[in-house]
Amino acid sequence: MNWQSIRAIFVFEMARTFRTLTQSVLSPVLSTVLYFIVFGAAIGSRIQSVDGIGYGAFIVPGLIMLTLLQQSVANASFGIYFPKFIGTIYEILSAPISFVEVVIGYVGAAATKATAIALIILATSGLFVEIHIAHPVWMVAFLLLTAVSFSLLGFIIGIWAKSFEQLQLIPMLLITPLVFLGGAFYSASMLPPIWQTVTRFNPVLYLISGFRWSFYEVADVPVGVSLMAVCGFLAVCIGVIWLIFKTGWRIKQ
Amino acid sequence: MASIISINNLSKTYASGPPALRDVSLEIEEGEILALLGPNGAGKTTLISAICGLVRPSSGTVTVGGHDIASDFRAARSLIGLVPQEITIEPFERVINTTRFSRGLFGKPRDEAHIEKVLRSLSLWDKRNARNLELSGGMKRRVLIAKALSHEPRILFLDEPTAGVDVSLRREMWDLVRQLRDEGVTVILTTHYIQEAEEMADRIGVINRGQLLLVEDKATLIKRMGRKQLTLHLQAPIARMPETLAGYGLRLSDGGATILYEYDTQSARTGITRLLADLSEVGIFVRDLDSTQDSLEQIFLSLVEDGA
Repeated sequence: MNWQSIRAIFVFEMARTFRTLTQSVLSPVLSTVLYFIVFGAAIGSRIQSVDGIGYGAFIVPGLIMLTLLQQSVANASFGIYFPKFIGTIYEILSAPISFVEVVIGYVGAAATKATAIALIILATSGLFVEIHIAHPVWMVAFLLLTAVSFSLLGFIIGIWAKSFEQLQLIPMLLITPLVFLGGAFYSASMLPPIWQTVTRFNPVLYLISGFRWSFYEVADVPVGVSLMAVCGFLAVCIGVIWLIFKTGWRIKQ
Repeated sequence: MASIISINNLSKTYASGPPALRDVSLEIEEGEILALLGPNGAGKTTLISAICGLVRPSSGTVTVGGHDIASDFRAARSLIGLVPQEITIEPFERVINTTRFSRGLFGKPRDEAHIEKVLRSLSLWDKRNARNLELSGGMKRRVLIAKALSHEPRILFLDEPTAGVDVSLRREMWDLVRQLRDEGVTVILTTHYIQEAEEMADRIGVINRGQLLLVEDKATLIKRMGRKQLTLHLQAPIARMPETLAGYGLRLSDGGATILYEYDTQSARTGITRLLADLSEVGIFVRDLDSTQDSLEQIFLSLVEDGA
């Protein structure tokens, strides 16, 4: 394994975050604060509790997941798309580095950034509501598994995209709606039976449910199923990336 | 001299379009400057891209320093520095960081002394903390060279290095390339500036429509392919050429004041002695004479046109 090259990509990508600190960190934190004001204070004041947990505290895992998914996808997709767009990808392709190492560098950086922002949001949430983490190890495990999986998805999107429009398409049309409909702000048990069944087909439900369980030990689906879902998604993404690099799709002619 | 790059029957056909490379075989010797000459779309960049790993060859093999570029790509690529044709550079990063990145990407540990040496040699040290987007076009091209040299390659590919740069920078680049050659770096440059190849190269390869038409030592090429022209300045102008001299293919110019005679330097007899005797016989006397040799440009054009 060429760790020196992986480190170079990782450091270079992380440097981008520090160059654009306002948009990288401040912007998601500000959005989360707004969610707290709207959902936590304005709407939450009319909801006593969900599954025995105060509404403000209940939505914290969902809010963290929302940001984690958006940031993982956005960071990883931009990380690989930008060199393609400006042409500096030539350097990656001509370097003595394998595709596995390229992925580790880019996805590692994207997942690190997303996880760091998620932790900042967790800390920020603590200013608004009292948070209790029942299973910190599982919380971190879900956080990391989700960050890596969706960074891999972002990497795939970045390879696939031929324009900035396409780069935005999947996060806007798919990720955000799936998170909103995946129980970020409510429990699936609050829905009518028919919608409860429909929600089961939303993969993000399993992520949010597992993540919320690690906080409050309440879940829409068994935690084992959540864990299997995130691992399954991770495996699918790894498989797709393996295929992309084996065929050189959209990278090498 | 030993080959550092061996290209054997390399072909490349893109999904759309005719073959970009057709059965190219070439041995590049260690420490030489090889210029690949060819018109736009001839296949120069495809050839470089195939060697450097940017495109997948359709068939054929390439070894770099004895390492196959497919099965032993790490060892092969670590020997190569590539300066692309287009100015492709991370706009928001600083010069020194982008150069450090290239060194790290090629698996080399940090070496600030080497980075400083490279940036100084390219007159970039004073600009090391500038963002790439603040630099002029010529400076950006130098940053690309700095990136390629940052990991101490034994082979440097320069794809159209002086396209669009001013005369003084072009001279600077030529000096740099010579300096690198003196340090033992093998340099392969593509160009469609004949003057560049003539000025810099030890050997010249001519490529057109994906085929390598020839690879020759520069001096030999000019000597072998070159035709010379003898210009005879007459004592008195003549109205027309006497018919007895028709076999020489002479041309009159300057209103009949000079006669032009083309001959092949490689033929056993140039015919000059006989021509001068025949001119004297028909009463045409020569005041002065001079001869000029074909430039590489003329040779190149005749090769490309013949191959077209």
